[in-house]
Amino acid sequence: MQRIGVFVCWCGTNIAGTVDVQAVSDALKHEPGVVFSDNYQYMCSQAGQNMIIDAVKEHRLTGIVVCSCSPRMHEATFRKTAAAAGLNPYMVEIANIREQCSWVHKDMATGTEKAIILGKAAIAKVNLNAPLTPGESPVTKRALVIGGGIAGIQTALDIADAGFPVDIVETKPTIGGKMAQLDKTFPTLDCAACILTPKMVDVAQHEKIRIFSYSEVESISGFVGNFDVKIKKRARFVKEDVCTGCGACVEKCPMKKVPNEFNLGMDNRRAIYIPFAQAVPKVATIDPNACNMLKNGKCGVCAKVCTAGAIDYKQKDEIIEEKYGAIVAATGFNPISMEKFDEFAYNQSKDVITSLEFERLTNAAGPTAGKLLRPSDGVHPHTIVFVQCVGSRCASCAEKGKEYCSKICCMYTAKHAMLTRDKYPDTEVYVFYIDVRTPGKSFDEFYRRAVEEYGVKYIKGMVGKVSPEGNKLKVQASDLLNNRQLHIDADLVVLAAAIEPDKSARPLATMLTASMDTNDFFTEAHPKLRPVESPTAGVFLSGACQGPKDIPETVSQASAAAAKVIGLLAKDKLTGNPCIANPDEWMCNGCSSCEKVCPYGAITYAEKEFRMPNRTTAIRRVAQVNPAVCQGCGACTVTCPSGAMDLRGFANSQIIAEVDAICK
Amino acid sequence: MQKINREVLLEKAVALLESNTVSCVLGWRAGEFDYDVTPFVFTDAADLKANFVWNDFCGANFSKYLVAKTRKHEGKILVFLKPCDTYSFNQLLTEHRFDRERVYVVGVPCEGMADINRVKSIAGDGISKIEFEADAMAVSTLYEDAPIRVSYADALSERCKNCKSKKHVAYDELLGDAGDVIDSNRFDEVEALEKMTPDERFAFWQKELSRCIRCNACRDACPACTCEKCVFDNPASSLENKAPANSFEEKMFHIIRAFHVAGRCTDCGECSRVCPQNIPLHLLNRKFIKDINEFYGEYQAGAEVGSRAPLIDYTLGDLEPGEVFDRGDR
Repeated sequence: MQRIGVFVCWCGTNIAGTVDVQAVSDALKHEPGVVFSDNYQYMCSQAGQNMIIDAVKEHRLTGIVVCSCSPRMHEATFRKTAAAAGLNPYMVEIANIREQCSWVHKDMATGTEKAIILGKAAIAKVNLNAPLTPGESPVTKRALVIGGGIAGIQTALDIADAGFPVDIVETKPTIGGKMAQLDKTFPTLDCAACILTPKMVDVAQHEKIRIFSYSEVESISGFVGNFDVKIKKRARFVKEDVCTGCGACVEKCPMKKVPNEFNLGMDNRRAIYIPFAQAVPKVATIDPNACNMLKNGKCGVCAKVCTAGAIDYKQKDEIIEEKYGAIVAATGFNPISMEKFDEFAYNQSKDVITSLEFERLTNAAGPTAGKLLRPSDGVHPHTIVFVQCVGSRCASCAEKGKEYCSKICCMYTAKHAMLTRDKYPDTEVYVFYIDVRTPGKSFDEFYRRAVEEYGVKYIKGMVGKVSPEGNKLKVQASDLLNNRQLHIDADLVVLAAAIEPDKSARPLATMLTASMDTNDFFTEAHPKLRPVESPTAGVFLSGACQGPKDIPETVSQASAAAAKVIGLLAKDKLTGNPCIANPDEWMCNGCSSCEKVCPYGAITYAEKEFRMPNRTTAIRRVAQVNPAVCQGCGACTVTCPSGAMDLRGFANSQIIAEVDAICK
Repeated sequence: MQKINREVLLEKAVALLESNTVSCVLGWRAGEFDYDVTPFVFTDAADLKANFVWNDFCGANFSKYLVAKTRKHEGKILVFLKPCDTYSFNQLLTEHRFDRERVYVVGVPCEGMADINRVKSIAGDGISKIEFEADAMAVSTLYEDAPIRVSYADALSERCKNCKSKKHVAYDELLGDAGDVIDSNRFDEVEALEKMTPDERFAFWQKELSRCIRCNACRDACPACTCEKCVFDNPASSLENKAPANSFEEKMFHIIRAFHVAGRCTDCGECSRVCPQNIPLHLLNRKFIKDINEFYGEYQAGAEVGSRAPLIDYTLGDLEPGEVFDRGDR
């Protein structure tokens, strides 16, 4: 029989506000196994922990129930407390009477009743708890960074500088990401390429970094410290190690009409291409959907002009298998599709563009060599309307846009407006906004400059309709501060499209078993205290895949993620989780159901001889669990038809005891 | 009436036994009554010739017997399997329940098996003799002077009326011609249940399941129920006392059992065949099969060895739990 101590926490008024903590500790005093029950203002404080340690010694406790916040918050704290008192840390159970009780109840009576029930469930479980000892596993000292934008680049550089090898996997033919497409960067207006490309070169030249460009992650298995990853290197039909990036093939390629995705389709590239001049790796890639040689075997010009002999039309996709200790998701973002925003006539007029397209139009390496010209007729626009929050903060139109604020649009729109007025003072620039949000170092000053020094016309209100008429865009909008309707004949309309996580993030999250929010942004382990870690151990988050971010924020988060990775890779061994699956060989049918559902490949089978009734023996196939690989997810225990598979610390009998205690 | 008669099976069994290809034959012999044929393990050719039976009452699915039999018995076992039995056979192989090398499968075409309750409903009780004529059974009873003729169609059991396949999916040797998978109406009854209101459905199952006497025949005959130790017999499972914890205890037993065999049940219909209370237990399993087909695409357990049941598989296209919930809500 256990000797259980119950400790009810007030959490200041967080719990005590809606739960009568005295009533809870009194009610739980008489539960089976309980020999001590008390409450205290802050159980996690030093005084609270000392109270537990003293009670363990005084009452010879064998098990502890803490009625407090979520175990995600303080389970580790109280396990340490138990260990300090000489108990096995796994003899502690947390009854979550804060997140799952006091915070969701308004009424003291119901809150108290529920807290008592949750306490009873935890007590029922501790009665069946047994001491557990964790095992150890080694750490592969190599990191994988998925995504080669500024986030991935910064994370990789920081990890590599600490001395650990890093691989970057990038789906595009070059690293650089969105930042490589930008013109200038707020609030200091330095050119994006000038600050990004040296970093790209650093990556290329770093002896600890390998770049897998034009590649994607095919599968991920394993666990923290020991991930097994398959990377698919797509065939680019050019030998990467032979190509010098001279560009002769690109110049001679006769297939000239392929929409250039780097310039968002505003000009054309060849079937063989290098996305931009400073691409890393600077290697040509053949687009198999456009290349005549690959489609019907007629052409072969690039192979003829390539003096290095780098063209290989027979190249196949290649699978690279590698082990990693840590994985960083840095999959970034994309502007949302403007398909559903008919009111802005994006699909009807070439002169309605997104902000990212505007970046390319003003970029010296863009389709117009940096001259601001209308896409439809190549004429300089004299009236430009910027529309903010297109698809952002769109609570009422969730099927079209996003509920959240995309965070970066206010600042880049101010930048666009300011740069336009700076280069072309004869241009009228209007910015329509819901609010202008400028929290950031030197951000508000930047926006004020656009308004005060550059004369950008900021109008609070939304554009209702854009209709193309002749070579003009009739913009109908409301000016909320002056309570009037505006009609503007614009030459160009720029939409600050909301941003969303890259589409590759969702399948990646599935492979990583990392959690996501409803918008497909990766969820962090703790929104304030562990913002760069995924709840899945060994998986870290860098950049806009976790939420909308500008460049300074992305880079800080990228370095923070790197610091976490370095902290992990610096360890030689990781202490495992002792709450792992434990098969009962006598009951195991050897049916392989558990093996099939195990996401970690922790289950294997062995033929074992068993003594059967009447002095017979039988050789049976039984499941065996590799304790270093098992993560204790419990998928096998619920799949096992005979109940032979059990989870240490979460045995079926313990779970049912909890349910019984709740339903009694 | 079975097209392939006893003599064909017998000749095959005797030949295999006498050539030592197999060391025993899993077959049937006469029981107390003519309709009461009993599974039996023959090891002797003379015994086989004298007592082997094959008729329209040989409904038992032998695949489950192989789990225990291959453990106890030395040498190869000859087993006669009807098309539906071969699905269970494959499913058990998928679950590694016995060694394929230890079994010699002779596939027997099946014209459908008779249900004695249907025969009794026509001929009445007190059956003393059943003779198998070309177009009907001649059923003699204690109460009638002349035998009553019951057509094979009238005697056909429910599971055979809704036969899903005449195709043997596993065999070493096939007697007669190979058959095909049949487009059956086996889900019609499930659909009728789905159309009921929750209250009507509850009343239906309460009425049916309250007849249960917990004899465990369904579990013992079910080829998917081959656990080394059943959770209902295992005090450590914390489940064994859950079934009787309710005034309507039988529902817990049958629902837990249906969940345990979900995705593994081949719809062989043994549960309903052996139920002494004539509870249509196969409907619970068929509901699961129908749902699995609708949620994850057509899946037939046992159609091939090693296939991965949707419930123990994961694909990116799997529907979300919320969608299942919404469907149930409709």
